Amino acid sequence: MIQEKKMLTRHVGVSGMEKIDNYERDGGYIGLKKMIEKSPQDFVEEVKKSFLRGRGGAGFPTGFKWGFLPKEKNKPFYLVCNADEGEPGTFKDRVIMEHDPLLLIEGMTIAAYATRADLGFIYIRGEFKWIAEILERAIENARAANYLGKNILGKEFDFDILVMRGAGAYICGEETALIESLEGKRGTPRVRPPFPANAGLYGCPTIVNNVETFGCLPFIAKQGAGTFKLMGTFQAAGTKLYGISGHVNRPGVYEFPMGTNLKDMILYAAGGVRNGKKLKAAIPGGISAPILKADEIDIAMDFDSCIKANTMLGSGGIIVMDEDTSIPEVAEAAINFFVHESCGQCIPCREGLMKIQQLLKMLTSGKGKREDLDAILQISNNINGATLCPLGDAGALSIQAMINKFPEEFEALLN
Amino acid sequence: MSASPSPYLAEESEFNLSEDVVTKITEMAAVFPQRNSALIPALHLIQDQFGWVPPPAIKQLAQLLKTTPNKIYGVLTFYTMFNLKPVGKYHIQVCRNVSCSLLGAKHIIEHLSKKLKIQPGETTKDNKFTLSLVECLGACGTAPVMMINDTYYENLDAKKVDGILKSLQ
Ligand SMILES: Cc1cc2nc3c(=O)[nH]c(=O)nc-3n(C[C@H](O)[C@H](O)[C@H](O)COP(=O)(O)O)c2cc1C
Ligand code: SF4
Ligand code: FES
Repeated sequence: MIQEKKMLTRHVGVSGMEKIDNYERDGGYIGLKKMIEKSPQDFVEEVKKSFLRGRGGAGFPTGFKWGFLPKEKNKPFYLVCNADEGEPGTFKDRVIMEHDPLLLIEGMTIAAYATRADLGFIYIRGEFKWIAEILERAIENARAANYLGKNILGKEFDFDILVMRGAGAYICGEETALIESLEGKRGTPRVRPPFPANAGLYGCPTIVNNVETFGCLPFIAKQGAGTFKLMGTFQAAGTKLYGISGHVNRPGVYEFPMGTNLKDMILYAAGGVRNGKKLKAAIPGGISAPILKADEIDIAMDFDSCIKANTMLGSGGIIVMDEDTSIPEVAEAAINFFVHESCGQCIPCREGLMKIQQLLKMLTSGKGKREDLDAILQISNNINGATLCPLGDAGALSIQAMINKFPEEFEALLN
Repeated sequence: MSASPSPYLAEESEFNLSEDVVTKITEMAAVFPQRNSALIPALHLIQDQFGWVPPPAIKQLAQLLKTTPNKIYGVLTFYTMFNLKPVGKYHIQVCRNVSCSLLGAKHIIEHLSKKLKIQPGETTKDNKFTLSLVECLGACGTAPVMMINDTYYENLDAKKVDGILKSLQ
C-alpha cells in the first residue's frame, strides 16, 4: 500500500486558513522566523541541499535557479509565482491557494528574503477569480500582521505581493510569456538568453517559481533540508501533488512522496478504473506528457523515472482512460488544445499543429488515408526541436506517442 | 447575432467607465512598477462593467493609461477571456478538453445546445445565454465542468444542467 504524506494539503477541508492566527497556531511562519535570522545566502544553500526541484513541470533545481541572480544588486529584483495552471489534467496549485493561501504567501516571503526580491507577483489564471480573492484577503491579513510590508519581523526586509489575473491564455504559463503578460503585453514567449534571472520583468532580475515549489519552502525553512530529503527520491526530494482525473472512482488531488508508483496511485488512491472496466492508458503529467499503455504504468512518478519511461512528470496531472476510450478522439481533443493555445510566433508550431489538427479531423471523420497518418508523424517530427518554447514540441510529441502506441486504432479509421 | 441597434453605433456615452472603475484603474496604474501592467486588470474591470469590452471604453482606457487604442487592441485580442462583442446575460463556457470529454462533455454540450436552441458560439435571441466552448478550466478532477459568468459548476450531468438553467431563468 501507499501512504499519503500531507505537507502541502494538510489544511484541505479546514476553514479560515487565510487568517493569521489560525495559520500560526498550526506552525505557520515559524519557518520564516527561523530563516530570517540567517543570511539570504545561507538559505539558498539550504534549498540547494534540499534537492527541491521546480514543480511547474521542468523540475529545475530551485536553489540553483536562484543562484543565477546577479551578485551585485543595482536594480530591483522581482519574484513571480506562476499560478497559471491550465494544462488539461492539471488542477493541483488551486488546492494550495484555496485551502492554505498563507502557505504560499509565507513561501514567497521566504523566497523573497533569500533572493533579495523587492516585490512579488502572483499571476493566476483569469478564470480563478474567487481564488484570486482568497489570495487578496490572505495578503491583506499578512500585511496587517506585518508579515508583508516594511521591516518584516523588525528586520531590514521589505516585501509585498500583488495578484494579477491572466485572461485565458495557457501560453502565459511559460515563464517569459508570463512576464510579457505581467508587463501588459501579448503573452508571447521571449527568446532566451537573456534568462529571467538576469533580465526578466521590466528588464530586471526575476525569479519565477510554481505555487507548489513555493509551498515547500516553509517546511524546508522550519525543518531543514535534511528532513525534507527524507521524503521522495534521491534525485527529487519532498512530496508531490498528483491530480488524478478521467475514468477513476475517486478523482482528485493527492499528495504522495515524490516517486510514488503510478499504478498504485491509480489503483489505491483513486480507487481504480470506474464501473469495473479495464485500464487502457494513462497520461502521467498533463496532456503534454506522452501517453502510457496499461502495461507501462508500473513506474515511479518522479522527473527522472518518467523520462526513462519516455514520458514526463510535467505537472503531475494524471489522466486515466478505460478500455472503451477512443485514443484518436483523445488525440483530437489534445490537438485542439495545442492549436488553440499556440501563440503563433513560430511557424512550425502554428502551422504544423494546425495541419495535424486538420489531418486528425479527416481521420476521425472517416475520410483519412494512409498518407494522412504518415503525414501527421512526419509533421510532428519536423516540429520537434524547431520552436521557441516547448509548447510546439509538446503538441507534436504527445500526438506522436498516441499514434505510435495505439497504431491499430488510427489504422482502423483509414479509408 | 443581431442585437439591435449595433453596439458599435451606440452613443459613446452609453459606455462611459463608471467612476469606481476609473478610480480603481488609476490606483492600479500607480501601484504597479510600470503603468502598463495595469492594462489586463483594467480590461477585466471594464468587462465586469459591460459584459464585454466596448470600443468607446478602450478609448477612455487608453487615455487613463497614456497609451493608444491600437496598442490596447493588440493586447486585448490575444486573450480569449475578453469578449470583443456583447454576450448574453449568462455566458456559459463548457470545457471540452480531454478530462472533461472522457466523462461526457460532448453530451453536456449537445444538451445545452438543444435546450437553448443555439450552437456553440451563439447567443439566444433574448440575449440571455451565450454558449462557448473552452479548453480546460483547471477543474479536471470534477469533470465535466462549465463556468457561467464567474462561477464554476462541476460534476455535471444533464439533470444538473437543467437545474442550473432553471435557477438562472
Ligand atoms: C507552454 C508552457 C506552459 C507552462 N505552464 C505552466 C503553468 O501553468 N504553471 C507553472 O508553474 N509552470 C508552467 N510552465 C513552466 C514555466 O515556464 C516555468 O518553468 C515554471 O513556472 C518555473 O517554476 P518552477 O521552477 O518552480 O517549476 C509552463 C511552460 C510551458 C512551456
Ligand atoms: S512554440 Fe508555439 S507557443 Fe511556443 S513560442 Fe512558438 S508559436 Fe508560441
Ligand atoms: S479538461 Fe476540463 S477542466 Fe480540465
